[in-house]
Amino acid sequence: MASVTFDHVTKRFDETPAITDLDLEIADREFLVLVGPSGCGKSTALRMLAGLETVTRGKIYIGDRLVNDVPAKDRDLAMVFQSYALYPHMSVYDNMAFGLKLRKVKKEEIRRRVTEAARTLDIEELLKRKPRQLSGGQRQRVAVGRAIVREPRAFLFDEPLSNLDAKLRVQTRAELSKLHERIGTTFIYVTHDQTEAMTMADRIAVLRDGIIQQVGRPQELYEHPDNIFVAGFIGSPAMNFFDATVRGEPESLQLDTGPFHLPIPREKAAGLLPYRGKKVVLGVRPESIHDSDFPRSGVIPVQVQAAVDVLELMGNEVFLHLLSDGVSFLARVDSRTKAKPGRKIQVLFDLGEMHAFDADTQQAIPLDKPF
Amino acid sequence: MIGRRWWAPWLWLAPAITLLSVFLIYPVVDTLRRSLLNADSTRFVGFDNYKFIIDNPVPLLSNTHSAILNNVLWLVLFTSFAVGVGLGIALLASRVRYEAVAKSAIFIPMAVSFVAASVIWRFMYVFDPHIGTINAFITHFGGHSTAWIQNTNAPQTWLTSLGPTTLPDPIQINNLALIIVGVWVWTGFAVVVLSAGLRAISSEMLQAARVDGANEWQIFRRIIIPVLSPTIAVVATTLVIQALKLFDLVWVMTGGKFKTDVIATLFFREAFLIQDFGVGSALAIVLLLAVVPVMVVSIRRFQFQEETR
Ligand SMILES: Nc1ncnc2c1ncn2[C@@H]1O[C@H](COP(=O)(O)OP(=O)(O)OP(=O)(O)O)[C@@H](O)[C@H]1O
Ligand SMILES: [Mg+2]
Repeated sequence: MASVTFDHVTKRFDETPAITDLDLEIADREFLVLVGPSGCGKSTALRMLAGLETVTRGKIYIGDRLVNDVPAKDRDLAMVFQSYALYPHMSVYDNMAFGLKLRKVKKEEIRRRVTEAARTLDIEELLKRKPRQLSGGQRQRVAVGRAIVREPRAFLFDEPLSNLDAKLRVQTRAELSKLHERIGTTFIYVTHDQTEAMTMADRIAVLRDGIIQQVGRPQELYEHPDNIFVAGFIGSPAMNFFDATVRGEPESLQLDTGPFHLPIPREKAAGLLPYRGKKVVLGVRPESIHDSDFPRSGVIPVQVQAAVDVLELMGNEVFLHLLSDGVSFLARVDSRTKAKPGRKIQVLFDLGEMHAFDADTQQAIPLDKPF
Repeated sequence: MIGRRWWAPWLWLAPAITLLSVFLIYPVVDTLRRSLLNADSTRFVGFDNYKFIIDNPVPLLSNTHSAILNNVLWLVLFTSFAVGVGLGIALLASRVRYEAVAKSAIFIPMAVSFVAASVIWRFMYVFDPHIGTINAFITHFGGHSTAWIQNTNAPQTWLTSLGPTTLPDPIQINNLALIIVGVWVWTGFAVVVLSAGLRAISSEMLQAARVDGANEWQIFRRIIIPVLSPTIAVVATTLVIQALKLFDLVWVMTGGKFKTDVIATLFFREAFLIQDFGVGSALAIVLLLAVVPVMVVSIRRFQFQEETR
């Protein structure tokens, strides 16, 4: 059990940077999820922490201990790999016991810990099997079991769920959260799936091209994304973006997106005042766009007309792919909607939930900032 | 339907069976027959030829004991050296940048025939340091020139002050000199096959072991060796068979002189030079009996692997 600190860590492969100036403190017992698109350097960050990759610049601490030059075997971490990396020639029991045997833990103690972990993960009846006699989901459990018997200072997970089917993934997600609660050790979890990040994390760090974009609690990232990238990455389906110009008098600012003009609610106007006459990017989540036949209460509605392009039925809700003068966007509306492909429809933008970004810097413009 | 008739499968098998009968079964049976007959296959002599091999009555002309012991020596040393060195090189090669180049360099001797390799190495071993590369080295560093492939007790030049003056019979420096040539030729094969095996070991698995707390030696002992063992077995079996049926290398380098005979060279000499087909055939049968168990084991393993795939 220990905190983990990345102190201005940079990693280059030859000359191409994989991680640039990563500065991140992970508290003891925290569940931190490192999320980002493929190739953004998530695995590299995790592998540097595990000691499988050298650090080009900066320092990594586990607890108070500087580990830059500590070999992997002495870092006392446990890692679950995407491929699970089980030892094919050993039984499930021996796979789980391997790390303990190397540390010269007593036989009875090994037996106790392995049986207990097997019970926790519900793999007791598999202990005698070889990895190749297991299903993908069972292998995944064994890989987790191999990590937890070690009782390490921190757990590292590198996309451990990506080889599972959708249903099993949801189930395992919940189990990992429970496991974290039960054993209360630091979890550092890498994934490219924002849903995994949102559902499991205490805190999420969003990574892009080796650079941290934002770190925060899932709700924080959802409600107050720092920039366009985070806004588009967190939340599913992704946020709609509209290029817009801020127009009008200070008392009645408008966003001109071309096809439609949106009056900016008074409580959001202050932040946009300095942008009068300039370009901004408007961000509206699909769930903030409602069918005008089924308005929600407590919204600041602005009516917009659009043509329905594609209609995706999800059962409990409907995704509408809308077109308005060549601008396309997505709305997530009530399943009772009467929208039909090719027809026009009135939708309500809830501008109480709007986001705005500086078109040049891509940074969020703080709208809720009290003046 | 032709496939339903009882003789249909045999029809398809006929060419293979014919070829096997003519070129494999007939020779084996005939060899077995001749091994029970006298030198020119005119009289039945029972097991006299086998008794000859066991009693070794003319050790100066054809030393059957030494030939059999040499084969055992080859089997053990040649196989373990080639596998050991091959594994070492395969492991090292997997860590260098120029893996392909390094491995090709080591594989080249495989492309050289045993006869050519033997000729090359006969020059290497020549007594005259102006010709023999190895003696050139040794004399350069102040040592004495050694007749590597003739001298049966060359170790004494270093061992007299340290150990026994005569070594047990088969442990002769010239046999070792020949084995080194065999290893030189066959290591490339071991390297290539073992490298392929190593490649199949995922690097994530090795990293998992490292995170689990294994040092390099433990990774080698407890992960690489066990995972690689089927491949090692395949290489070892191939080499054991090579060692057992060894002929050309010894024949070219020493002709079996200086107690370097192996069963195959002795059998050739008995059968075709001394023209005692009885003893020659008996030796051939001994060789066959030695190879069969190895074949059975490797075929069994092959079937086992097919089943467990
Ligand atoms: N050993 C290596 N040599 C050279 N470049 C590498 C090496 N490992 C990773 N990279 C590069 O570093 C970058 C980050 O790689 P990394 O594996 O950390 O991505 P990732 O975020 O884990 O992606 P994914 O989600 O696909 O696993 C990539 O551009 C990759 O090409
Ligand atoms: Mg990765």
